[in-house]
Amino acid sequence: MSDTSLAPIPQSTLSLQMGRFRQNRLAMASIVVLTAIILACFIGPFFFPFTGEDANFDAINQGVDFTSIHLFGTDNFGRDLLVRTLEGGRVSLTIGFLGALVAALIGVLYGAISGFIGGRIDRIMMRLVEVLYGFPYVILVILLSLLFGGGNIALFAAIVFTLWLTPAVIVRGQAQSLARREFVEAARAGGMTDGQIIVTHIVPNTLSTVIVYSSLLVPEVILSESFLSFLGIGIKEPQASWGNLIQSGTAAMSTDIRLLLLPAGMLATVLFCLNFIADGLRDAFDPNDR
Amino acid sequence: MLRFLTKRAGDGILTLAALVTLTFFVMRLAPGGPFSSNRKISPDILANIEATYHLDEPLLQQFLRYVWGVVRFDFGPSIRFRDYSVADILISGLPYSLTIGFWAVMVATVTGVTLGILGALKRNSIIDYSAGVIAVIGIAVPIFVLAPLMQVYFALTLRWLPVGGWGDSWRNLVLPIVALSLPNIAYISRLTRAAMIETLRENYIRTAVAKGIGGRRVVWNHALTGAVLPVVAYLGPATAAIITGSIVIETIFALPGIGRHFVDAALNRDYPLVMGITILYGGFLIVFNILADILRGWLDPRVRNE
Repeated sequence: MSDTSLAPIPQSTLSLQMGRFRQNRLAMASIVVLTAIILACFIGPFFFPFTGEDANFDAINQGVDFTSIHLFGTDNFGRDLLVRTLEGGRVSLTIGFLGALVAALIGVLYGAISGFIGGRIDRIMMRLVEVLYGFPYVILVILLSLLFGGGNIALFAAIVFTLWLTPAVIVRGQAQSLARREFVEAARAGGMTDGQIIVTHIVPNTLSTVIVYSSLLVPEVILSESFLSFLGIGIKEPQASWGNLIQSGTAAMSTDIRLLLLPAGMLATVLFCLNFIADGLRDAFDPNDR
Repeated sequence: MLRFLTKRAGDGILTLAALVTLTFFVMRLAPGGPFSSNRKISPDILANIEATYHLDEPLLQQFLRYVWGVVRFDFGPSIRFRDYSVADILISGLPYSLTIGFWAVMVATVTGVTLGILGALKRNSIIDYSAGVIAVIGIAVPIFVLAPLMQVYFALTLRWLPVGGWGDSWRNLVLPIVALSLPNIAYISRLTRAAMIETLRENYIRTAVAKGIGGRRVVWNHALTGAVLPVVAYLGPATAAIITGSIVIETIFALPGIGRHFVDAALNRDYPLVMGITILYGGFLIVFNILADILRGWLDPRVRNE
């Protein structure tokens, strides 16, 4: 018996897509780098005998020195730059990924429903988006900090509250075009309900745009966090985040660029990885690209 | 079309009314007031000042007074900037924000769409990766890092452009426009690239190619209309945000625009100014969303504006 007589093993769409994704070397390499950064942020600080908030007054403003315990030197309080960057990465990456994910999820569902159903529902849903866009952001942040006490929940709420609006507008436009495509008509003729069509036909067809767009949301969240802590919610000194490290690094840019380069370089690396992963996912999920 | 426009204009006024009402009442839930400062004011004086601005009246009465003013295009006095009305402040700052914002939108759209198309046509080539690198830099490097770097290099080292400020020359505009458009170039180029790759596989493109229409015409006449649809949707709200200015850009380049008031007015609890800037931004938002919907309907007949 030769193998050729056997029927091909049935494969799910998802496993086919994952198979395509795995062939994309750049995307796979990006996953490795991204995983390494995430692991370094979450485990790395344990290998140092001090935390990022401990000040070493014998080594203030020390430069890059791989022979000492402070590999990338210290800041003006004598706190270790590398450990602070890694600890900041924990908060920033968590908020960045979670914020972008939740915002994209809400935006996609909202936009798909609004664009697909259309008519009066669409008008009302989109006008609501405009009201939320227009509401003064600083006031919103102040109220959220009052409501949730200025901690991480308030920070998360302040980020997601406005972030889902733009994906919703983009997906709604896509859904409007998709609603009049032949395969949607066929699905309707076949007896699918609106809800089923939205989940199985509309949302998957908007994914390529959404994946690419939300990969850009992650760094935006990480950077906007520093503005929010200026308004008094979220991460406060001495706790580190990439947002406040980059901000204080910018202030010291002309005298000591090192303080800016490490956190900004980490953020840029994460963003490059996300970019390649997003493109890889986009290609893998593209229904016309088999 | 006329029916669509009247309907949307009516919707727009209702939306604006909802926004004004919501903002007016919710804004007052924030603790503090325009006169709470470290210096203690004696209660008598405070009561007098508050009476001047009608802050002692019941909230509903204040609201009706405000709405009655808005109907007559009177947006009230600014509490923080004595002797200036909200209209004065917004009208004096608006030209600067509009000029820079308009050009930033233009630059971002043209550059972003071009980069996106080039990337989609030559996927995984040097051009594609360079466009991706530009996008990453535009997003990952915050404006408050990039703008000072540009000032140091182009203004202080090369002496090509002024560091900041507003003059008669176009040179003053270059750096703020670049700084304001960069993050948007990133979003627009990534959106265009993704949409273009998808559009190029559509049946109508294959038909156009089969009919013998040359590659360049297929791309620019047929595929582009489909590829820019998500960009147009994105540009609706983005344009409103860009042309109303940015506090970071205005601070770094010393420009007298209105972007700063979005943050400062709220922090100062300058209630009339917060309301004024909210109405202005909300109005732009509504208008540009209508324009975006019209444009999308024109580009893609499937998006019918009934």
